[in-house]
Amino acid sequence: MENIKTFLSHFFVTGDPMIYGADASIALVSVAIVFVLTYFKKWKWLWREWLTTVDHKRIGIMYIIAALLMLFRGGVDALMMRTQLALPNMHFLNSEHYNQVFTTHGTIMIIFVAMPFIFGLMNIAVPLQIGARDVAFPFLNAVSFWLFFFGAMLFNLSFVIGGSPDAGWSSYAPYAGAELNPGVGQNYYLIGVQISGIGSLATGINFLVTIAKMRAPGMTLFKMPLFTWSILITSIIVIFAFPAFTVALALMTIDRLFGAHFFTIASGGSPMLWANLFWFWGHPEVYIVLLPVFGIFSEVIATFAHKALFGYVVMIWSMIAISVLSFLTWLHHFFTMGNTAPVNAFFSLSTMLIAIPTGVKIFNWLFTLNKGRIEFTTPMLWALAFIPNFTVGGVTGVMLAMAPADYQYHNSDFLVAHFHSTLIAGTVFGVFCGLHYWWPKMFGYLLNEKLGKWSFWIFMISYNICFMPMYFLGLMGMTRRMYTYPAGLGWGPINFIITIGAFGMGLGFTIMAANIIWSAIHGKRDTTGDPWDGRTLEWSTSSPAPEYNFAHIPVVSTRDAFEAMKEEERKGVKRRQLPFEPIHMPNNSGIPFIMSAFFFVAGFGFVFEWYWMGIPGLIGIVICLLARSFVYNDHHHIPTDEIERTERAAGRFS
Amino acid sequence: MAASTLTESEKRKNMPLEYSTEEGDLRIVGFWIFLAAELVLFSTLFATYLVLQSHTAGAPTAKDLFKINPVMAETIVLLVSSFTCGLGTLELRRHNTKGLIAWLVVTVILGLAFIGLEANEFYSYAVHEGAPLSSSAFLSGFFILLGTHGAHVTLGIFWVTAIIIQLAQRGITAVTARKAFMVGLYWHFLDVVWIFIFTAVYLTGLVI
Ligand code: HEM
Ligand SMILES: [Cu+2]
Repeated sequence: MENIKTFLSHFFVTGDPMIYGADASIALVSVAIVFVLTYFKKWKWLWREWLTTVDHKRIGIMYIIAALLMLFRGGVDALMMRTQLALPNMHFLNSEHYNQVFTTHGTIMIIFVAMPFIFGLMNIAVPLQIGARDVAFPFLNAVSFWLFFFGAMLFNLSFVIGGSPDAGWSSYAPYAGAELNPGVGQNYYLIGVQISGIGSLATGINFLVTIAKMRAPGMTLFKMPLFTWSILITSIIVIFAFPAFTVALALMTIDRLFGAHFFTIASGGSPMLWANLFWFWGHPEVYIVLLPVFGIFSEVIATFAHKALFGYVVMIWSMIAISVLSFLTWLHHFFTMGNTAPVNAFFSLSTMLIAIPTGVKIFNWLFTLNKGRIEFTTPMLWALAFIPNFTVGGVTGVMLAMAPADYQYHNSDFLVAHFHSTLIAGTVFGVFCGLHYWWPKMFGYLLNEKLGKWSFWIFMISYNICFMPMYFLGLMGMTRRMYTYPAGLGWGPINFIITIGAFGMGLGFTIMAANIIWSAIHGKRDTTGDPWDGRTLEWSTSSPAPEYNFAHIPVVSTRDAFEAMKEEERKGVKRRQLPFEPIHMPNNSGIPFIMSAFFFVAGFGFVFEWYWMGIPGLIGIVICLLARSFVYNDHHHIPTDEIERTERAAGRFS
Repeated sequence: MAASTLTESEKRKNMPLEYSTEEGDLRIVGFWIFLAAELVLFSTLFATYLVLQSHTAGAPTAKDLFKINPVMAETIVLLVSSFTCGLGTLELRRHNTKGLIAWLVVTVILGLAFIGLEANEFYSYAVHEGAPLSSSAFLSGFFILLGTHGAHVTLGIFWVTAIIIQLAQRGITAVTARKAFMVGLYWHFLDVVWIFIFTAVYLTGLVI
C-alpha cells in the first residue's frame, strides 16, 4: 500500500494547484468527448471518416485542429510566463516551474504548432494547386500525421505524469544529461519530439515526390504556384535537416538511458557536439517554418492585389538561395561559446548574406502591390502586416549576426524579441493568413470578415505592444530564461507593458476562435468554389473539394493557370465537356493510427525506462509494418455515375 | 491531355516491370529520396564518431580492440550478400521467380551470418575486453554507429523475408517486382555504408 502511494505520488505530478486544475480539466474534457461520441453514436463515424482517412484534405484539417489546440496550450504557457514577469519579485511561478514553462512553450510552439500548422495548409493546398488527386503516398501521409499527433500527446503528458522537461527548447548538454537532470522530463522531450520528427521527415519525402512527379500536364516547374514552390524547397530542407536531429535526439536518449558518453562532461563526451548537431537542424528548421509562409503571402498578395506576382522567377531563386545558406549558418547560435575568430567571421558573413535574398523578396511583394487593385480582406491584412513587422525581425537578425556585437545581445531579451518578430510576424501571421484564405476551400463557407478584422487588429497591435518594448528591455540588460528580477533596475514598467501586449494577443486569438465557431453556424456559403477571384488551380474546383479533387485533371498552359482559364471563358471560349472516367483512389487504413499508437506506448515505456512496455511497443510497430507489407487490396475506383452525382450536386454538371 | 497520357503509358510499356505503373515509379523515386535522408543520418553518425574517436578517456582504444580477421569476415560476408542480392535483381529482370527467391534466400542467410559475426564482435569487446558503450565517448560512438548499421541490416532481413513470402504467394507482378527492386536498393545501400565503416572505423582505427 505504502509502495503504491509513493509510486503514484512520483508518477503523477503533485503539489501544485495549477496542475491539479489541469488534471481535472483533462479528465473532464475526456469524459465529455467520450460522452458526446457515445450519445450521438459517432464512434464508427470518427473511425471511418477521420481516424483511418488517407485523404490529404482531411489530414490537413486534422493537422490544423491539432495545431490550434497546441497553440492554445503554448499560448497559456506564454501568458503564465508573462504574468510571472509582469512585476518585479512576483511569486506566481517558482524558478523550477518557470524553467518548465519556457521549455514546453518553446518546444510546443516550434514543433507542435508552427510545423503542423504549415503541414496542414500544405496538405490542403498543394495537391489542389498542382491539379493532383492526392499526394504521392497517401498512406504515408496518414502515418506522418498520426506520428505527429501521438508525439505531441506524449510530450504534453509530461505536464501531469512524471514532470515536464526544463532544459529549454534547445535542450543543451550537459544540463539536459542524466547527471544534472535526473527524472523523466527530459526523456519526454527527447522521445516525444523524436516520434513527431519521423513523421516530419516522411512528409518531406512525400511532398517532394508529389510536387516533382504529380503535376497536371503542362505545369512545368516554372509554371507552378509560388506556394507549391515554397513547399518543394521546404521539403528538401526537411529531408536534409531532420535526419541530423533524429541522430542528435537518439544519441542524447542513449546517453540518458544507457549511460553512453556522447554529450557528457565525463569520459570524453562533448557537450559542444550537441550544440552543433542541434543547430545544424535548428537553423534550417526556422526556414522550414518560414519559407512556406513566404509562399502563402505570395499567393495572397497576388490574389488581393489582382495582379500577377512581381518577379516570380527572382522569388524562386531567392528561396533556393535561402535554403542553401540556411545550412551554413548554424554556428551563429553560439558565437560566444569559444570559437576562433575566423570561424565566427565565416558564420557572421553567411548569416548576413541571407538578408539579401530575403530583402529581394520583400521588394518583390511591395512591387506586386504597386498599382494593384488592393482588396483589404482579412487574409490580405495579415499579409500586409507581415511586411513591416517581419522586416523589423530581419533587421534585428542582421544586428545579431555581427559576432562581436552578439556578445552584447546574446541570451538577452533582445534575442527573444528578435525571434518572436520572425516567428510571430512571419510564421504565425502567415498561417493565420493561410487559414482565412483557404478556409472556404476546406469547409465550403467563409470566416466572418468583421470578426476576422477585429481579431487581426487586436492581435497585430498587441504583438507590437508586447515585442517592441522587449528589444529595449534586452538592451537594458534583462536576460532570457530569467524567472524574476529585483525592483529598482527600471525593468518593471516595461515588463508590465509587455504583459499587457501578451494578454492582448490572447484576446485576439480568442476572437479568432469565436469567429471559427460563429462562422460554422452563420458563415457565408461559398457556392462558386472561387470566393476570392483566385488565380491558382485550387479555386477551380468546388468548395469543399470533392474526394477526388478534380473530375477531370486540368491542363495547364501558363502560370496562374486558373486566372488564364477564366480569362478564356470571358473571351467566350467554350470548354468541351469530356466524359467522366472512373477514378483510382487509395483505400482508408487503420494501420497508421494503430502503428502510431504503438509508437506512443513504446515511447512512454522508454520515458520511464520500463522496458517491459517499451520493447513490446517496438514489436507492435514492426508487426504493423509487416502487416502493411501484405496488404495488396489498397485502392478502389470511384464509378462514373458517382462522380456525375457529386458534380451535379456541386452545380458543375448539367 | 489524352495524347500526353497515352505517350506516358506507351513509355511505361518499355520500362522494366517495377517501373511499369505510375505507382511503382513514384515509390521507387520516393525510396531513393529516403535513401538520401538515410545518407544524412549516417553522415551525422560518422561525423560524431570521427569527432569522438580520440576521446578514449583511458578506456580501451581502437588499436587495443580491433582485430583484422573478424572484421574481414564480416566484410566479405556482407559484400557477397550484396552480390547475391544483385543476382536476384538479374533474375527479376528475366522474370524468373524461382531464381529470384533462391538468391534472396541466400542473401538473407548471409545477412544473418553477418549479424551473428557482428554480435560476436560486440560481445567480445563489451564483455571479454571490458569495454562496453558506457566506458568512453569513443566506444559510445563506435557501438552506436555500427549498431545503427546492424539494426538496419536486421530490419532488412525481416523485410527481405516478407518479400520472399509474397513472391512465393504471387510470383513476379508489377507490385512484387517493385518491392524486390526496392529492397535490393536498400541492401546495396547498407553495403556502401559498410565500406565507409570499414575504412573510417576499422582501417583508420588499426593504423592510427
Ligand atoms: C502570445 C504570443 C507569445 C508570447 C507572449 C511569448 C512569450 C514568450 C516568453 C515570455 C518567452 C520566454 C522568455 C524567457 O524568459 O526566456 C518565450 C520563449 C520562446 N518562445 Fe514565445 N511567446 C509567444 C509566441 C511564440 C510563438 C508563436 C513561437 C513560435 C512559433 C514562440 C517561440 C518561442 C521560443 C522558441 C522560445 C524560447 C524558449 C526557450 O528559451 O527555450 N513563442 N516566449
Ligand atoms: Cu539560426
